[in-house]
Amino acid sequence: MEAYKGFKGQTWKDEININDFIIQNYTEYTGDESFLSGPTEATNTLWSKLSEMFVEEKEKGVYDAETKTPSQVDAYGPGYIDRSLERIVGVQTDKPLKRGIFPNGGLRMVEQSLQEYGYQLDPITKEIFTKYRRTHNEGVFSAYTQSIRNARSNGIITGLPDAYGRGRIIGDYRRVALYGVDRLIVEREARFKACDPDELTDEVIRLREELSQQISALKALKRMAASYGFDISQPADSAQKAIQWTYFAYLAAIKDQNGAAMSLGRVTSFLDIYIERDLQNGIITEEQAQEMIDHFVMKLRIVRFLRTPEYDELFSGDPVWVTESLGGMAKSGKSLVTKNSYRMLHTLYNLGPAPEPNLTVLWSESLPENWKNYCSKVSIDTSSLQYENDDIMRPELGDDYGIACCVSPMEIGKQMQFFGARANLPKALLYAINGGKDEKTKAQVTPTVFERVTGDYLEFDEVWEKFDKMLDWLSETYVKALNIIHYMHDKYSYEALEMALHDVDIRRTQAFGISGLSIIADSFAAIKYGRVRIIRDQDGDAIDYVVEKEYVPFGNNDEKTDAFAVKVVELFMNKIRRHKMYKNAIPTQSVLTITSNVVYGKKTGNTPDGRRSGTPFAPGANPMHGRDTKGAVASLSSVAKLPFEHANDGISYTFAITPDTLGKSRDEKAANLSGLLDGYFNKTGHHLNVNVFNRDLLIDAMNHPENYPQLTIRVSGYAVNFVKLTREQQEDVINRTITTEF
Amino acid sequence: METKKGYFHSFESFGTKDGPGIRFVFFTQGCLMRCLYCHNVDTWDLHHHKYELSAEEAVEEVEKVRAFVKGRVTVSGGEPMLQAEFLSEFFQLCKDKGMHTAIDTCGFIFNEHVKKTLEYTDLVLLDIKHIDPEKYKTITSQSLQPTLDFMNYLHEINKPVWLRYVLVPGYSDDESDLRKWAGYASQFSNVERVDVLPFHQMGIHKWEELGKEYKLKEVKSPTMEEVKKAELIFKEAGLPV
Repeated sequence: MEAYKGFKGQTWKDEININDFIIQNYTEYTGDESFLSGPTEATNTLWSKLSEMFVEEKEKGVYDAETKTPSQVDAYGPGYIDRSLERIVGVQTDKPLKRGIFPNGGLRMVEQSLQEYGYQLDPITKEIFTKYRRTHNEGVFSAYTQSIRNARSNGIITGLPDAYGRGRIIGDYRRVALYGVDRLIVEREARFKACDPDELTDEVIRLREELSQQISALKALKRMAASYGFDISQPADSAQKAIQWTYFAYLAAIKDQNGAAMSLGRVTSFLDIYIERDLQNGIITEEQAQEMIDHFVMKLRIVRFLRTPEYDELFSGDPVWVTESLGGMAKSGKSLVTKNSYRMLHTLYNLGPAPEPNLTVLWSESLPENWKNYCSKVSIDTSSLQYENDDIMRPELGDDYGIACCVSPMEIGKQMQFFGARANLPKALLYAINGGKDEKTKAQVTPTVFERVTGDYLEFDEVWEKFDKMLDWLSETYVKALNIIHYMHDKYSYEALEMALHDVDIRRTQAFGISGLSIIADSFAAIKYGRVRIIRDQDGDAIDYVVEKEYVPFGNNDEKTDAFAVKVVELFMNKIRRHKMYKNAIPTQSVLTITSNVVYGKKTGNTPDGRRSGTPFAPGANPMHGRDTKGAVASLSSVAKLPFEHANDGISYTFAITPDTLGKSRDEKAANLSGLLDGYFNKTGHHLNVNVFNRDLLIDAMNHPENYPQLTIRVSGYAVNFVKLTREQQEDVINRTITTEF
Repeated sequence: METKKGYFHSFESFGTKDGPGIRFVFFTQGCLMRCLYCHNVDTWDLHHHKYELSAEEAVEEVEKVRAFVKGRVTVSGGEPMLQAEFLSEFFQLCKDKGMHTAIDTCGFIFNEHVKKTLEYTDLVLLDIKHIDPEKYKTITSQSLQPTLDFMNYLHEINKPVWLRYVLVPGYSDDESDLRKWAGYASQFSNVERVDVLPFHQMGIHKWEELGKEYKLKEVKSPTMEEVKKAELIFKEAGLPV
């Protein structure tokens, strides 16, 4: 076949096997960044057109929105920024930045968001989804238990994907480029035919229906591409087509689903194979290669979903998590770094810094030094990268996994996740002390079987035992909620297109999360090694705590305190593991808050560590603000102790350092940052957001946002435009520990 | 067995300014200089130490974060050499463990313990705050000669040295002084690097907290151009800036 000319290997031709194709054909690059090209005129023109639109978008909240036709793979006609200049085409609706609607997830969410921005939902569309078609949201609430409703409304379990799309599913978008859509349809049809055992159980019937839906989605994908003038039924035969086909597949996913996180996977080194072939054959130049990647990334930067302001309060800055994983090692011991890995990072210079795509470097101590230093330089210049430990993920997941959303690793095309937001552990501790009564709303949230603490001081053994019991209730309630949510999501808002780009038989995980871990560790350290007196209100409820004797907080590499954090991660995971998961998924856990640490803090009363009511939690697995007083390394060392085997959906740590603290010259700074990453990941840390900036810069940006349209910072698991954060969140970021000691 | 303890003000586990690579930096308590611009004025009084560690315990602190600092240690202060007896023991242990040792000193103190410490020291960061004895005294309240003698000794034993020079507008930025300083420094073959450190006001709050009079309140940090100019003067004298 002409499309495969020059490509080596056979296995990937015989079966759908992208990993084999990459390993057989990619060219590792160990050189430095000097080969890279700047932006072309077309790139600059397109980007400045978009930049003007961004200004209008920021003013209005949304640039434009659809009010009638629900989004589907081929619901809208083609759209362009400037057709004559775009090397890679395709937008979500018929115009760039115009947001589609996805009533399958929940009608109220669509209606509210439209209203908020001055649009009115079409009455017929409304009628259809009220009268004739149930939504995911309705399904979930019709099955929720009283305990779940209580937990949800009092904020001990929050952010559940019960009114919006669950996301965190990555289609293997590369399959469309390498195989063409027809072959994928043929494979699906064969499986559909074969799926006819003697007994048709629920499970088999469901599979047959899903396969049919997947085939329809693939056909719709072809139609959508055809509307842009491309026939993608056959494999791509050039770099330009390979990028275009891959993008069409991703585009179809974001037309089909408004998932909380719509990640891209790991396409960069795959695409490099095509680019390298075209470069070798003199078909394209380096400048053209960079231009295509710039245009591709431009498209990834304008992915938009319509969401309510409350949603943005939780997950601020309009995030989509178009996460792309770069680098990492192959099982062979060579790295998977290619020239295209550099091109991808270089878009941050050609187009300026940006939060999306969420560029994630899979770090290993064995990566080429040139690559490590380039990544560090990019971090220092743009604060737009996050890093995850390839050396602890690769043994379990092989060398073709990607990150969904912020920190969740999964094998591309072979694994999916049932996303489950997170539980508020500090609140669980307060419930343990007050017998299941909420400290803020005063509602009795749990059944009345839990005894409250009655003494004047918190005694460690008593509190620990009560906390342990409270976690039994919490884990049970939490598992039930997720099982209901994912049952309904499959029923009312199935991701047919994304699942068509997976193997039929896949591994499923069900992802639980915890927030406020450092508060828990500090509270137990305060109770056990310090002394904590209770203050009660007239009802006898504990409402405040006085730490009468000092303790060493989490984040100072103190064995005793850090042990509490480690223990609680394992404890909660084990409690989750005792339950039955939807579709027999494997339960996992993350220590991640995204930006919701601010909202969790607001909803949570005074805690025994001395934290005041309403103050934000630390993000992810971070130590509490300002309590890690022994410097960056001690802080990183504490977090690196958290056990990945009990939190293998990711442990997020957001780190900020001033440029000066990193060293003197540019090269020294880069080498020191690489050394820091080596150290953290060598200590089995899992994830690290790296921000390099001065506090003054952020304060200036907060006061003069118009001067910083592209200022990007890393928060928990993703990057945001700093100026898009709420004032509260901006202040939270500024108040966080920025390492400046020297 | 020696059981001398080290008195410390604080630790920094991610030092990037005090020698090559990421380093574990110990700040010792106690100093005899009274530099006008000191940014660690709270380290002056030897008796107000926050931490007290044996050599073994100090090594243990480094070991805890070895993955990051790769065994690179700097002792700064305060004036570390005030505790040279402890240091000689601590650095000997560090060298046994294959660590890289650096000491950040003003070179004011010299005795047998200092000599012994230097045997286990890979790099000396030597702060020569001025080349004019009078002005040196104004800035530090001490005399310059001991530091010059110390530099001679380091040259004699061929110990690698990084020289540091704090650039304070109005105090240590006179062009002819800078040339003199550069001329002096350039005669030593063991000087591997020279760093110009721009004066900053970040230590001011510590003076206020301790109720001490801070005389440099009105002094501004040197501009980037002024720093570059000083660096150029040093470069012209053949110094590795």
